[in-house]
Amino acid sequence: MKFVDEYRDSGLARDLARAIRDEISEDRDYRLMEFCGGHTHAIFRYGVQDLMPENLRFVHGPGCPVCVLPMARIDQAIAMATEHQVTLCTYGDLMRVPASERQSLLKAKAAGADIRMVYSTQDALRLAREDAARQVVFFAIGFETTTPPTAVALKAARAEGLRNFSVFCNHVLTPPALRAILGSGSGNGQGGDAGSTYSGNGSDDERVQIDGILGPSHVSTVIGSDAYAFVAKDHGIPLVIAGFEPLDVMQSALMLVRLINQGKSDLQNQYSRAVSPEGNTKAQALMRETLAPRDTFEWRGLGWLPNSALRVADAYADWDAERRFPVTAGPSREIKGCECPKVLRGLMEPTDCKLFGTVCSPENPMGACMVSSEGACAAYWSYGRSRQPSRPISQP
Amino acid sequence: MCLAIPAQVLDIDSATDMASVSLDGVRKDISLALVENVQIGDYVLVHVGYALNRISPEEAEETLRLMRSFSEFTENPPGQPATSRATAAIAAETTTGETDGPQR
Repeated sequence: MKFVDEYRDSGLARDLARAIRDEISEDRDYRLMEFCGGHTHAIFRYGVQDLMPENLRFVHGPGCPVCVLPMARIDQAIAMATEHQVTLCTYGDLMRVPASERQSLLKAKAAGADIRMVYSTQDALRLAREDAARQVVFFAIGFETTTPPTAVALKAARAEGLRNFSVFCNHVLTPPALRAILGSGSGNGQGGDAGSTYSGNGSDDERVQIDGILGPSHVSTVIGSDAYAFVAKDHGIPLVIAGFEPLDVMQSALMLVRLINQGKSDLQNQYSRAVSPEGNTKAQALMRETLAPRDTFEWRGLGWLPNSALRVADAYADWDAERRFPVTAGPSREIKGCECPKVLRGLMEPTDCKLFGTVCSPENPMGACMVSSEGACAAYWSYGRSRQPSRPISQP
Repeated sequence: MCLAIPAQVLDIDSATDMASVSLDGVRKDISLALVENVQIGDYVLVHVGYALNRISPEEAEETLRLMRSFSEFTENPPGQPATSRATAAIAAETTTGETDGPQR
Protein backbone atom coordinates (compact mmCIF):
# COMPACT_ATOMS: atom_id res chain seq x y z
CA MET A 1 0.00 0.00 0.00
CA LYS A 2 1.45 3.34 -1.06
CA PHE A 3 2.48 5.60 1.84
CA VAL A 4 2.53 2.57 4.15
CA ASP A 5 4.88 -0.11 2.77
CA GLU A 6 7.78 2.32 2.24
CA TYR A 7 7.75 3.07 5.96
CA ARG A 8 8.02 -0.61 6.94
CA ASP A 9 11.27 -1.38 5.12
CA SER A 10 13.42 -3.68 7.25
CA GLY A 11 16.69 -2.55 5.68
CA LEU A 12 15.98 1.09 6.47
CA ALA A 13 14.93 0.04 9.98
CA ARG A 14 18.36 -1.54 10.50
CA ASP A 15 20.06 1.63 9.26
CA LEU A 16 17.99 3.84 11.53
CA ALA A 17 18.64 1.53 14.49
CA ARG A 18 22.37 1.77 13.81
CA ALA A 19 22.15 5.56 13.55
CA ILE A 20 20.41 5.67 16.95
CA ARG A 21 23.06 3.41 18.50
CA ASP A 22 25.79 5.61 17.00
CA GLU A 23 24.33 8.77 18.46
CA ILE A 24 23.19 7.58 21.85
CA SER A 25 25.27 8.48 24.86
CA GLU A 26 26.23 5.54 27.08
CA ASP A 27 26.18 7.53 30.29
CA ARG A 28 22.53 8.55 30.39
CA ASP A 29 19.06 7.07 29.92
CA TYR A 30 16.52 8.15 27.31
CA ARG A 31 12.88 7.81 28.34
CA LEU A 32 10.64 8.60 25.39
CA MET A 33 6.90 8.72 26.02
CA GLU A 34 4.79 7.71 23.06
CA PHE A 35 1.51 9.48 23.72
CA CYS A 36 -0.61 7.45 21.29
CA GLY A 37 -1.78 3.87 21.53
CA GLY A 38 -1.10 3.66 17.80
CA HIS A 39 2.59 4.23 18.51
CA THR A 40 2.53 1.67 21.34
CA HIS A 41 1.23 -0.94 18.93
CA ALA A 42 3.74 -0.05 16.21
CA ILE A 43 6.55 -0.34 18.77
CA PHE A 44 5.45 -3.81 19.86
CA ARG A 45 4.14 -5.21 16.60
CA TYR A 46 7.35 -4.40 14.73
CA GLY A 47 9.74 -5.05 17.61
CA VAL A 48 11.02 -1.46 17.62
CA GLN A 49 11.89 -1.58 21.34
CA ASP A 50 14.18 -4.56 20.66
CA LEU A 51 16.07 -2.58 18.01
CA MET A 52 16.83 0.19 20.50
CA PRO A 53 19.88 0.42 22.77
CA GLU A 54 19.32 -0.75 26.35
CA ASN A 55 19.29 2.77 27.73
CA LEU A 56 16.49 3.97 25.43
CA ARG A 57 13.05 3.06 26.71
CA PHE A 58 9.59 3.82 25.41
CA VAL A 59 7.14 4.86 28.14
CA HIS A 60 3.49 4.33 27.22
CA GLY A 61 1.15 7.30 27.47
CA PRO A 62 -2.60 7.86 27.86
CA GLY A 63 -3.39 8.30 24.15
CA CYS A 64 -6.09 5.66 23.90
CA PRO A 65 -9.58 7.20 24.04
CA VAL A 66 -11.23 3.90 24.97
CA CYS A 67 -8.76 3.40 27.82
CA VAL A 68 -9.22 6.86 29.34
CA LEU A 69 -13.04 6.84 29.20
CA PRO A 70 -14.33 6.41 32.75
CA MET A 71 -16.73 3.55 33.46
CA ALA A 72 -19.44 5.99 34.54
CA ARG A 73 -19.82 7.24 30.96
CA ILE A 74 -20.35 3.71 29.64
CA ASP A 75 -22.85 3.16 32.47
CA GLN A 76 -24.68 6.30 31.29
CA ALA A 77 -24.77 5.09 27.70
CA ILE A 78 -26.17 1.71 28.76
CA ALA A 79 -28.76 3.52 30.89
CA MET A 80 -29.79 5.64 27.87
CA ALA A 81 -30.29 2.50 25.81
CA THR A 82 -32.25 0.66 28.50
CA GLU A 83 -34.21 3.41 30.28
CA HIS A 84 -35.07 5.52 27.23
CA GLN A 85 -35.14 2.67 24.66
CA VAL A 86 -32.98 4.58 22.22
CA THR A 87 -30.92 3.00 19.45
CA LEU A 88 -27.38 3.53 20.67
CA CYS A 89 -24.74 3.59 17.92
CA THR A 90 -21.02 3.57 18.55
CA TYR A 91 -17.67 2.51 17.13
CA GLY A 92 -16.66 -1.12 17.64
CA ASP A 93 -13.79 -0.19 19.96
CA LEU A 94 -16.22 0.42 22.84
CA MET A 95 -18.42 -2.66 22.66
CA ARG A 96 -16.47 -4.90 25.06
CA VAL A 97 -15.10 -2.30 27.49
CA PRO A 98 -15.99 -3.24 31.07
CA ALA A 99 -18.62 -1.06 32.74
CA SER A 100 -19.87 -1.26 36.34
CA GLU A 101 -21.38 -4.51 37.66
CA ARG A 102 -19.42 -6.53 35.04
CA GLN A 103 -21.58 -4.95 32.35
CA SER A 104 -20.56 -3.86 28.84
CA LEU A 105 -22.35 -2.54 25.77
CA LEU A 106 -22.15 -6.01 24.23
CA LYS A 107 -23.73 -7.64 27.30
CA ALA A 108 -26.46 -4.98 27.39
CA LYS A 109 -27.13 -5.68 23.70
CA ALA A 110 -27.33 -9.41 24.41
CA ALA A 111 -29.85 -8.63 27.15
CA GLY A 112 -32.10 -6.85 24.63
CA ALA A 113 -30.94 -3.23 24.39
CA ASP A 114 -30.75 -1.81 20.86
CA ILE A 115 -27.00 -1.15 20.65
CA ARG A 116 -25.32 -1.12 17.27
CA MET A 117 -21.77 -0.92 16.03
CA VAL A 118 -21.26 1.60 13.23
CA TYR A 119 -18.28 2.37 11.04
CA SER A 120 -19.03 6.05 10.63
CA THR A 121 -21.28 8.85 11.88
CA GLN A 122 -22.80 8.67 8.37
CA ASP A 123 -24.21 5.22 9.30
CA ALA A 124 -25.85 6.63 12.45
CA LEU A 125 -27.39 9.49 10.45
CA ARG A 126 -28.70 6.99 7.89
CA LEU A 127 -30.41 4.94 10.64
CA ALA A 128 -32.16 8.08 11.90
CA ARG A 129 -33.25 9.11 8.39
CA GLU A 130 -34.67 5.67 7.63
CA ASP A 131 -36.98 5.51 10.66
CA ALA A 132 -38.34 8.75 12.11
CA ALA A 133 -39.94 6.85 15.02
CA ARG A 134 -36.55 5.62 16.22
CA GLN A 135 -34.41 7.81 18.51
CA VAL A 136 -30.81 7.31 17.40
CA VAL A 137 -28.07 8.30 19.84
CA PHE A 138 -24.49 8.35 18.62
CA PHE A 139 -22.12 7.50 21.50
CA ALA A 140 -19.18 9.67 20.42
CA ILE A 141 -15.70 9.09 21.80
CA GLY A 142 -12.19 9.87 20.66
CA PHE A 143 -9.49 12.50 20.53
CA GLU A 144 -9.36 15.30 17.97
CA THR A 145 -8.96 12.78 15.12
CA THR A 146 -12.43 11.36 15.66
CA THR A 147 -14.14 14.60 16.70
CA PRO A 148 -14.60 16.30 13.30
CA PRO A 149 -16.81 13.46 11.94
CA THR A 150 -19.09 13.99 14.96
CA ALA A 151 -19.17 17.72 14.19
CA VAL A 152 -20.17 16.97 10.58
CA ALA A 153 -23.01 14.73 11.79
CA LEU A 154 -24.34 17.40 14.17
CA LYS A 155 -24.29 20.01 11.43
CA ALA A 156 -26.02 17.65 8.99
CA ALA A 157 -28.70 16.72 11.56
CA ARG A 158 -29.52 20.38 12.22
CA ALA A 159 -29.52 21.28 8.51
CA GLU A 160 -31.92 18.42 7.75
CA GLY A 161 -34.07 19.00 10.85
CA LEU A 162 -33.35 15.41 11.87
CA ARG A 163 -35.01 15.47 15.30
CA ASN A 164 -34.53 11.79 16.10
CA PHE A 165 -30.73 11.97 16.05
CA SER A 166 -28.55 13.12 18.95
CA VAL A 167 -24.97 12.82 20.19
CA PHE A 168 -23.72 11.58 23.57
CA CYS A 169 -20.47 13.49 23.42
CA ASN A 170 -17.34 12.16 25.13
CA HIS A 171 -14.69 13.70 22.91
CA VAL A 172 -11.48 14.57 24.74
CA LEU A 173 -8.58 16.88 23.96
CA THR A 174 -4.91 15.94 23.65
CA PRO A 175 -3.09 19.04 24.99
CA PRO A 176 -4.76 18.94 28.45
CA ALA A 177 -3.84 15.26 28.80
CA LEU A 178 -0.24 16.09 27.91
CA ARG A 179 -0.29 18.90 30.47
CA ALA A 180 -1.63 16.50 33.10
CA ILE A 181 1.10 13.96 32.37
CA LEU A 182 3.80 16.63 32.48
CA GLY A 183 2.21 18.36 35.45
CA SER A 184 3.57 21.56 36.79
CA GLY A 185 6.60 19.91 38.29
CA SER A 186 10.29 20.36 38.00
CA GLY A 187 10.78 21.34 34.37
CA ASN A 188 12.72 24.53 34.14
CA GLY A 189 9.93 26.08 32.10
CA GLN A 190 12.37 28.11 30.07
CA GLY A 191 12.25 26.05 26.92
CA GLY A 192 15.10 25.78 24.48
CA ASP A 193 17.83 24.85 26.91
CA ALA A 194 16.49 22.12 29.11
CA GLY A 195 17.61 18.66 28.12
CA SER A 196 17.14 17.48 31.65
CA THR A 197 14.81 14.70 32.63
CA TYR A 198 11.35 15.99 33.32
CA SER A 199 9.39 14.80 36.32
CA GLY A 200 5.66 14.87 35.78
CA ASN A 201 2.83 15.35 38.19
CA GLY A 202 1.94 13.32 41.23
CA SER A 203 3.73 12.62 44.45
CA ASP A 204 7.39 11.60 44.54
CA ASP A 205 6.60 7.95 44.05
CA GLU A 206 3.91 8.72 41.45
CA ARG A 207 6.01 10.64 38.96
CA VAL A 208 6.73 9.55 35.46
CA GLN A 209 10.20 10.37 34.17
CA ILE A 210 10.23 11.58 30.57
CA ASP A 211 13.10 12.95 28.48
CA GLY A 212 11.18 13.39 25.24
CA ILE A 213 7.75 12.86 23.71
CA LEU A 214 6.61 11.20 20.50
CA GLY A 215 3.67 13.42 19.59
CA PRO A 216 0.38 12.15 18.14
CA SER A 217 0.10 11.38 14.41
CA HIS A 218 -3.47 11.78 13.31
CA VAL A 219 -4.61 14.06 16.11
CA SER A 220 -1.93 16.42 14.81
CA THR A 221 -3.31 16.32 11.25
CA VAL A 222 -6.36 18.05 12.73
CA ILE A 223 -4.93 20.36 15.43
CA GLY A 224 -1.57 21.07 13.72
CA SER A 225 1.95 21.01 15.14
CA ASP A 226 1.65 24.53 16.57
CA ALA A 227 -0.72 23.16 19.22
CA TYR A 228 2.24 21.60 21.07
CA ALA A 229 4.34 24.74 21.44
CA PHE A 230 3.52 24.77 25.16
CA VAL A 231 5.43 21.50 25.75
CA ALA A 232 8.79 23.09 25.03
CA LYS A 233 7.87 26.49 26.39
CA ASP A 234 6.26 25.46 29.69
CA HIS A 235 7.85 22.09 30.36
CA GLY A 236 11.24 22.27 28.70
CA ILE A 237 11.26 18.89 26.98
CA PRO A 238 11.44 18.05 23.27
CA LEU A 239 8.43 16.75 21.33
CA VAL A 240 8.57 15.21 17.86
CA ILE A 241 5.29 14.60 16.03
CA ALA A 242 5.68 11.06 14.73
CA GLY A 243 3.88 8.99 12.11
CA PHE A 244 2.41 5.61 13.06
CA GLU A 245 4.59 3.40 10.86
CA PRO A 246 7.63 1.71 12.44
CA LEU A 247 10.19 3.75 10.47
CA ASP A 248 8.35 6.93 11.45
CA VAL A 249 8.67 5.93 15.11
CA MET A 250 12.37 5.12 14.71
CA GLN A 251 13.20 8.32 12.84
CA SER A 252 11.33 10.32 15.49
CA ALA A 253 13.25 8.50 18.23
CA LEU A 254 16.50 9.48 16.48
CA MET A 255 15.35 13.11 16.29
CA LEU A 256 14.54 13.04 20.00
CA VAL A 257 17.91 11.46 20.86
CA ARG A 258 19.65 14.29 19.00
CA LEU A 259 17.57 16.97 20.70
CA ILE A 260 18.19 15.41 24.13
CA ASN A 261 21.93 15.16 23.43
CA GLN A 262 22.00 18.83 22.42
CA GLY A 263 19.96 19.86 25.46
CA LYS A 264 17.26 21.35 23.23
CA SER A 265 13.55 21.25 24.02
CA ASP A 266 12.39 21.94 20.46
CA LEU A 267 9.17 20.97 18.75
CA GLN A 268 9.79 19.07 15.50
CA ASN A 269 7.51 17.42 12.96
CA GLN A 270 8.59 14.08 11.49
CA TYR A 271 5.09 13.36 10.08
CA SER A 272 5.15 16.32 7.71
CA ARG A 273 3.49 14.36 4.89
CA ALA A 274 0.19 14.76 6.75
CA VAL A 275 0.75 17.37 9.48
CA SER A 276 1.07 21.11 8.92
CA PRO A 277 1.74 23.79 11.54
CA GLU A 278 -1.88 25.02 11.44
CA GLY A 279 -3.61 21.63 10.98
CA ASN A 280 -6.98 21.13 9.28
CA THR A 281 -8.62 24.54 9.72
CA LYS A 282 -11.90 23.42 8.11
CA ALA A 283 -12.25 20.61 10.65
CA GLN A 284 -11.32 22.98 13.49
CA ALA A 285 -14.03 25.46 12.41
CA LEU A 286 -16.66 22.68 12.33
CA MET A 287 -15.63 21.59 15.84
CA ARG A 288 -15.83 25.17 17.16
CA GLU A 289 -19.29 25.63 15.65
CA THR A 290 -20.92 22.45 16.93
CA LEU A 291 -19.05 21.65 20.16
CA ALA A 292 -17.94 23.58 23.23
CA PRO A 293 -15.37 22.93 25.97
CA ARG A 294 -16.54 21.28 29.19
CA ASP A 295 -15.46 22.91 32.44
CA THR A 296 -14.12 19.57 33.62
CA PHE A 297 -14.20 15.92 32.58
CA GLU A 298 -13.13 12.69 34.25
CA TRP A 299 -10.26 10.73 32.69
CA ARG A 300 -9.43 7.22 33.69
CA GLY A 301 -5.98 7.32 35.25
CA LEU A 302 -5.71 11.11 35.22
CA GLY A 303 -8.76 12.13 37.26
CA TRP A 304 -10.85 15.25 36.61
CA LEU A 305 -9.09 17.61 34.20
CA PRO A 306 -10.32 21.17 33.50
CA ASN A 307 -11.19 22.14 29.90
CA SER A 308 -10.11 18.72 28.69
CA ALA A 309 -13.21 17.55 26.86
CA LEU A 310 -16.03 18.73 24.61
CA ARG A 311 -19.81 18.82 24.88
CA VAL A 312 -22.47 19.61 22.31
CA ALA A 313 -22.65 23.41 21.86
CA ASP A 314 -25.71 25.31 23.11
CA ALA A 315 -26.71 26.18 19.54
CA TYR A 316 -27.08 22.43 18.95
CA ALA A 317 -28.72 21.62 22.31
CA ASP A 318 -31.64 19.89 20.56
CA TRP A 319 -29.16 17.30 19.31
CA ASP A 320 -27.48 16.74 22.69
CA ALA A 321 -28.37 13.28 24.03
CA GLU A 322 -27.31 14.23 27.57
CA ARG A 323 -29.99 16.93 27.66
CA ARG A 324 -32.58 14.91 25.78
CA PHE A 325 -32.20 11.62 27.65
CA PRO A 326 -31.02 12.42 31.18
CA VAL A 327 -29.83 9.44 33.20
CA THR A 328 -28.23 9.13 36.59
CA ALA A 329 -24.99 7.25 36.86
CA GLY A 330 -22.88 6.66 39.93
CA PRO A 331 -19.15 7.30 40.14
CA SER A 332 -16.78 5.02 38.25
CA ARG A 333 -15.71 1.96 40.21
CA GLU A 334 -12.48 0.36 39.04
CA ILE A 335 -12.17 -3.41 39.14
CA LYS A 336 -10.14 -4.35 42.20
CA GLY A 337 -6.51 -4.99 41.35
CA CYS A 338 -6.72 -3.46 37.84
CA GLU A 339 -3.73 -1.17 37.34
CA CYS A 340 -4.95 0.50 34.12
CA PRO A 341 -4.81 3.96 35.75
CA LYS A 342 -1.09 3.58 36.49
CA VAL A 343 -0.39 2.03 33.08
CA LEU A 344 -2.09 5.03 31.44
CA ARG A 345 0.19 7.44 33.28
CA GLY A 346 3.31 5.56 32.26
CA LEU A 347 4.01 4.63 35.89
CA MET A 348 3.69 0.89 35.46
CA GLU A 349 4.26 -1.67 32.73
CA PRO A 350 1.27 -3.92 32.00
CA THR A 351 3.23 -7.03 33.00
CA ASP A 352 3.62 -5.55 36.52
CA CYS A 353 -0.17 -5.76 37.04
CA LYS A 354 -1.22 -8.79 39.07
CA LEU A 355 -4.21 -9.36 36.77
CA PHE A 356 -2.21 -9.33 33.52
CA GLY A 357 -2.37 -12.68 31.77
CA THR A 358 -4.02 -14.36 34.74
CA VAL A 359 -7.63 -13.23 34.98
CA CYS A 360 -7.20 -10.38 32.48
CA SER A 361 -6.72 -11.16 28.79
CA PRO A 362 -8.31 -9.86 25.57
CA GLU A 363 -10.86 -12.69 25.76
CA ASN A 364 -11.77 -11.79 29.33
CA PRO A 365 -10.70 -8.18 29.86
CA MET A 366 -10.80 -6.63 33.31
CA GLY A 367 -9.62 -3.21 32.20
CA ALA A 368 -9.93 -1.02 29.12
CA CYS A 369 -6.20 -1.19 28.34
CA MET A 370 -6.67 -4.90 27.57
CA VAL A 371 -9.86 -4.42 25.51
CA SER A 372 -8.82 -1.59 23.27
CA SER A 373 -6.86 -2.46 20.18
CA GLU A 374 -4.62 0.47 21.18
CA GLY A 375 -4.28 -0.34 24.87
CA ALA A 376 -0.79 -0.95 26.24
CA CYS A 377 -1.92 -4.20 27.93
CA ALA A 378 -3.31 -5.53 24.64
CA ALA A 379 -0.03 -4.64 22.92
CA TYR A 380 1.98 -6.52 25.55
CA TRP A 381 -0.40 -9.48 25.37
CA SER A 382 -0.31 -9.67 21.57
CA TYR A 383 3.35 -9.01 20.91
CA GLY A 384 5.35 -8.60 24.09
CA ARG A 385 4.66 -11.49 26.44
CA SER A 386 7.76 -13.42 25.55
CA ARG A 387 10.11 -10.45 25.52
CA GLN A 388 12.98 -10.55 27.93
CA PRO A 389 12.37 -7.93 30.60
CA SER A 390 14.53 -4.89 29.99
CA ARG A 391 17.01 -3.84 32.59
CA PRO A 392 15.47 -1.28 34.92
CA ILE A 393 16.13 2.27 33.83
CA SER A 394 17.79 4.18 36.61
CA GLN A 395 15.88 6.97 38.28
CA PRO A 396 17.56 10.34 38.25
CA MET B 1 -9.10 4.71 17.55
CA CYS B 2 -6.97 7.23 15.68
CA LEU B 3 -6.19 4.77 12.90
CA ALA B 4 -6.26 6.40 9.47
CA ILE B 5 -5.35 4.73 6.20
CA PRO B 6 -3.96 6.32 3.03
CA ALA B 7 -6.31 5.90 0.08
CA GLN B 8 -6.32 7.20 -3.49
CA VAL B 9 -9.30 9.22 -4.72
CA LEU B 10 -10.82 7.58 -7.81
CA ASP B 11 -13.99 9.59 -8.26
CA ILE B 12 -15.65 12.66 -6.72
CA ASP B 13 -19.36 13.46 -6.44
CA SER B 14 -19.46 17.22 -5.73
CA ALA B 15 -23.25 17.19 -5.21
CA THR B 16 -22.97 14.94 -2.14
CA ASP B 17 -19.39 15.89 -1.18
CA MET B 18 -18.48 12.21 -1.33
CA ALA B 19 -15.60 10.42 -3.01
CA SER B 20 -14.91 6.90 -4.10
CA VAL B 21 -11.45 5.81 -2.94
CA SER B 22 -9.23 2.79 -3.38
CA LEU B 23 -7.97 1.33 -0.11
CA ASP B 24 -5.23 -0.97 -1.36
CA GLY B 25 -7.53 -2.14 -4.14
CA VAL B 26 -10.77 -2.12 -2.13
CA ARG B 27 -13.22 0.51 -3.34
CA LYS B 28 -15.04 2.53 -0.68
CA ASP B 29 -17.19 5.66 -0.57
CA ILE B 30 -16.06 8.30 1.92
CA SER B 31 -17.09 11.83 2.86
CA LEU B 32 -15.06 14.86 1.77
CA ALA B 33 -16.80 17.16 4.29
CA LEU B 34 -13.55 17.80 6.21
CA VAL B 35 -11.22 18.60 3.30
CA GLU B 36 -11.03 21.14 0.48
CA ASN B 37 -9.81 21.11 -3.10
CA VAL B 38 -9.29 17.36 -3.30
CA GLN B 39 -8.63 16.16 -6.85
CA ILE B 40 -8.96 12.74 -8.46
CA GLY B 41 -5.64 10.95 -8.02
CA ASP B 42 -4.85 12.59 -4.68
CA TYR B 43 -4.07 10.45 -1.65
CA VAL B 44 -6.07 11.18 1.49
CA LEU B 45 -5.99 9.79 5.03
CA VAL B 46 -9.27 7.94 5.66
CA HIS B 47 -10.63 7.79 9.20
CA VAL B 48 -14.11 6.47 10.16
CA GLY B 49 -15.50 7.14 6.70
CA TYR B 50 -14.07 10.65 6.25
CA ALA B 51 -11.05 12.07 4.48
CA LEU B 52 -9.08 13.77 7.27
CA ASN B 53 -6.31 15.35 5.22
CA ARG B 54 -4.45 15.14 1.94
CA ILE B 55 -1.06 13.41 1.99
CA SER B 56 1.75 15.45 0.49
CA PRO B 57 3.78 13.26 -1.93
CA GLU B 58 6.66 15.77 -1.78
CA GLU B 59 6.85 15.64 2.02
CA ALA B 60 6.54 11.83 1.97
CA GLU B 61 9.47 11.61 -0.44
CA GLU B 62 11.55 14.03 1.63
CA THR B 63 10.96 11.94 4.77
CA LEU B 64 12.06 8.82 2.90
CA ARG B 65 15.12 10.64 1.55
CA LEU B 66 16.15 11.50 5.09
CA MET B 67 15.61 7.91 6.19
CA ARG B 68 17.67 6.61 3.28
CA SER B 69 20.47 8.99 4.15
CA PHE B 70 21.39 6.51 6.90
CA SER B 71 21.75 3.68 4.44
CA GLU B 72 25.11 1.92 4.39
CA PHE B 73 25.48 2.48 0.67
CA THR B 74 24.05 5.97 0.37
CA GLU B 75 26.11 8.97 1.19
CA ASN B 76 24.08 11.89 2.35
CA PRO B 77 24.74 14.67 -0.15
CA PRO B 78 26.39 17.38 1.92
CA GLY B 79 25.01 20.86 1.92
CA GLN B 80 21.71 19.93 0.26
CA PRO B 81 19.11 22.42 1.43
CA ALA B 82 16.03 21.18 3.24
CA THR B 83 13.39 21.94 0.62
CA SER B 84 10.35 21.31 2.75
CA ARG B 85 9.01 21.58 6.25
CA ALA B 86 10.05 17.94 6.64
CA THR B 87 12.37 17.74 9.59
CA ALA B 88 14.50 20.66 8.50
CA ALA B 89 16.41 20.27 11.74
CA ILE B 90 17.38 16.67 11.16
CA ALA B 91 18.36 17.49 7.58
CA ALA B 92 20.52 20.33 8.78
CA GLU B 93 22.23 18.11 11.33
CA THR B 94 22.97 15.33 8.88
CA THR B 95 24.49 17.76 6.41
CA THR B 96 26.56 19.90 8.73
CA GLY B 97 30.20 19.25 9.21
CA GLU B 98 29.70 17.79 12.69
CA THR B 99 29.93 14.28 11.35
CA ASP B 100 30.31 12.79 7.90
CA GLY B 101 27.05 10.96 8.22
CA PRO B 102 26.57 8.08 10.63
CA GLN B 103 29.77 6.53 11.85
CA ARG B 104 30.19 2.87 11.18
